[in-house]
Amino acid sequence: MLELIVISTLNGVLFGMLLFLLSSGLTVIFSMMGVLNFAHASFYMLGAFFGYQLTRWIGFWPALILAPLLVGAVGMVVERYGLRQTHKHGHVAELLLTFGLAFAIEQVVQMIWGKLPMDYRVPALLDFPAFTIFSTNYPAYKMFMLLVSVTIFIALLVVLKRTRIGLIVQAALTHPSMVAHLGHNVGRVFMLVFGVGTALAAVAGVIAGPALVTQSDMAALLGPILFVVIVVGGLGSLPGAFFASLLIGLVQTFAVSMNGSLASLFGPLDPGIGPSLLTDVWNVTIAQIAPILPYVLLVLVLIVRPMGLMGTRET
Amino acid sequence: MLEVKDLHAYYGKSHILQGVDMNIQAGEVVSLLGRNGVGRSTTVKAIMGEVTPHGTVRFKGKDIAGLPSYKIAHLGLGYVPEHRDIFPGLTVRQNLLLGIKNPRKPGRWKLDDMLEMFPNLARRADTAAGVLSGGEKQMLTTCRTLMGDPELIMIDEPTEGLAPIIVQQVGDLIARIAAAGVAILLVEQKLSIALRISHRLYVMGHGQIVFEGTPDELKANEAVRKDWLEV
Repeated sequence: MLELIVISTLNGVLFGMLLFLLSSGLTVIFSMMGVLNFAHASFYMLGAFFGYQLTRWIGFWPALILAPLLVGAVGMVVERYGLRQTHKHGHVAELLLTFGLAFAIEQVVQMIWGKLPMDYRVPALLDFPAFTIFSTNYPAYKMFMLLVSVTIFIALLVVLKRTRIGLIVQAALTHPSMVAHLGHNVGRVFMLVFGVGTALAAVAGVIAGPALVTQSDMAALLGPILFVVIVVGGLGSLPGAFFASLLIGLVQTFAVSMNGSLASLFGPLDPGIGPSLLTDVWNVTIAQIAPILPYVLLVLVLIVRPMGLMGTRET
Repeated sequence: MLEVKDLHAYYGKSHILQGVDMNIQAGEVVSLLGRNGVGRSTTVKAIMGEVTPHGTVRFKGKDIAGLPSYKIAHLGLGYVPEHRDIFPGLTVRQNLLLGIKNPRKPGRWKLDDMLEMFPNLARRADTAAGVLSGGEKQMLTTCRTLMGDPELIMIDEPTEGLAPIIVQQVGDLIARIAAAGVAILLVEQKLSIALRISHRLYVMGHGQIVFEGTPDELKANEAVRKDWLEV
C-alpha cells in the first residue's frame, strides 16, 4: 500500500508538471488575448513529432532544444499572421481559427507520419532505473522529465517576477491598452508570449513522447484535460494552473492505480454479492472511472466556484 | 506642438467627434472643458489612437493619426486615462518602472524623485498598487506616465471622485509638471483647477469646440459658462 502511494505520488506529480508545461502557456495566452487556444495541445503533439524526427536525424539532446524552438517559431507565425489578422473580427473568429488549426495540424501530422505510434524511445543515456523503492524500479527518464519541468517552472517564475519583460507581460495581462500607452509594443509582447507558450507545450511533447505514446491522436487525448486544468485553476491564473495541474495529475494517477469498487467499501455487506439491478454500478472500479474524474471535477468547480480555484473573473 | 484639425470619431454608428479643432504649443497648459458625454475623453482617445481618428492629428509636425499607441507614446506624447489604469498586481515601484520606455535612455524624472515628491507612494513602494486609495492611484498613474519623459501629457479627469483636499494635491502636481516645462492637456469638469493653472481653455459641446480663450475671457463670458458648462 505504501509502495503504491509513493509511486503514485511520484507519477502524479510528474503528470501534473507535464500538464503545467501546457496549461501555463494556455492560461497566459488566454488572459492576454482573451482567446482559448484550441490548438494548444496540437503544439504539444508537434513538439513530440518534431522531437522524434530530430532525434532520428541528430540525436535526442539537440532535438530537446531545437524542436521547441521550431514549434515556438510556428506559434509566433500563427499569432502574427493568423490571430492578429482575425482579431479585428472578434473572439469568435479567433476561436474558430484555433479550432481549425487543431484539425489542420492533426491532418498534417497524419499525412507525414501516419496514424501508427512512432518508435520514439527513451535516450540510452537515461535508460536505467534511477532507484528502487520496495520492489519497483523507478525509471531515470521519469526523474529527468520531472527535473526538466521543475527547472522550466522556476525559470518561468523568475522571468515573470524579476525581469522587465516579465513585468510588461504581467501588466498586459490585465491592461493591454494602458501598457501600449506607456510606449510598449504590446503586439510584439503578444507574439513573444504566444511563441514561448507554444514552445513550452513543445518541450512537454518532446519529453513526454518517449514515455507516453507519440501518435497522431495525442493532441485530441490531452486537449480536453488541459481545458479542465485551466478552468479548475481559474482562467488566466498561473498559480491556479499550477495547483490544478498537480491536483488533476494526482487525482488521475491515484484513481488509475486503485482497484477498489464502491461495493468493496461495504466489506462483508457488499451489495454487489447478491444479484440486483445495480450490481454493475456497485462493481465499477475506481480505475474504470478515472478518465471521467477530471470532468466531474470541472462540473463541480463550475457549480461551486465558477471563477475557478484561484481565478479572479467569471468563466 | 499638437495640432488637431477637423477630427471626427465614431462609436459604432454614433458620430461622437464632429470636427474638433485645437492646438497646443510647447510648454503650454491647456484645459478641455465640457459636460459629460460631449466627447472630451473621446478627443484624447482619438489623438492616442485608442479610438480610430478621422481627420488630421499632428504632433511635432508629424502626422500621427492612426499610428499604433506605442509609437505615439515614443514620440513624446503621454496619456493618463480617466480610469487610473494602474497595474493592480504589481507593486507601486514596478508600476513606476513600467513607465520608462527605454531603460538605456533615462528621462528627466527619476524613480527616486517621484518617491521623494510623494511620501505616500514611497511608504507603499513595495506593496501591490491595487490597495492604494483613489488619490494615490491618480498620483501613481500620472507619475508613471512622467517616467516616460513626455513633452506633452494628456490627463483625463484626474480629480474625478476625489475629496477636495486630494483635488488640491492633484492640482499642485499638475502645476509642478507645468513648471518643469511639460505641455499639458487637461480634461476636466471642475472649473476651479482649470482656471487656476491653464494658459488657455477649450470648451466642448456636442462633439465640437464651442469656445476658445484665456481663463479671464471664460470668466467674463457668462453665456458660454451657462450654455456649455454649468449643470
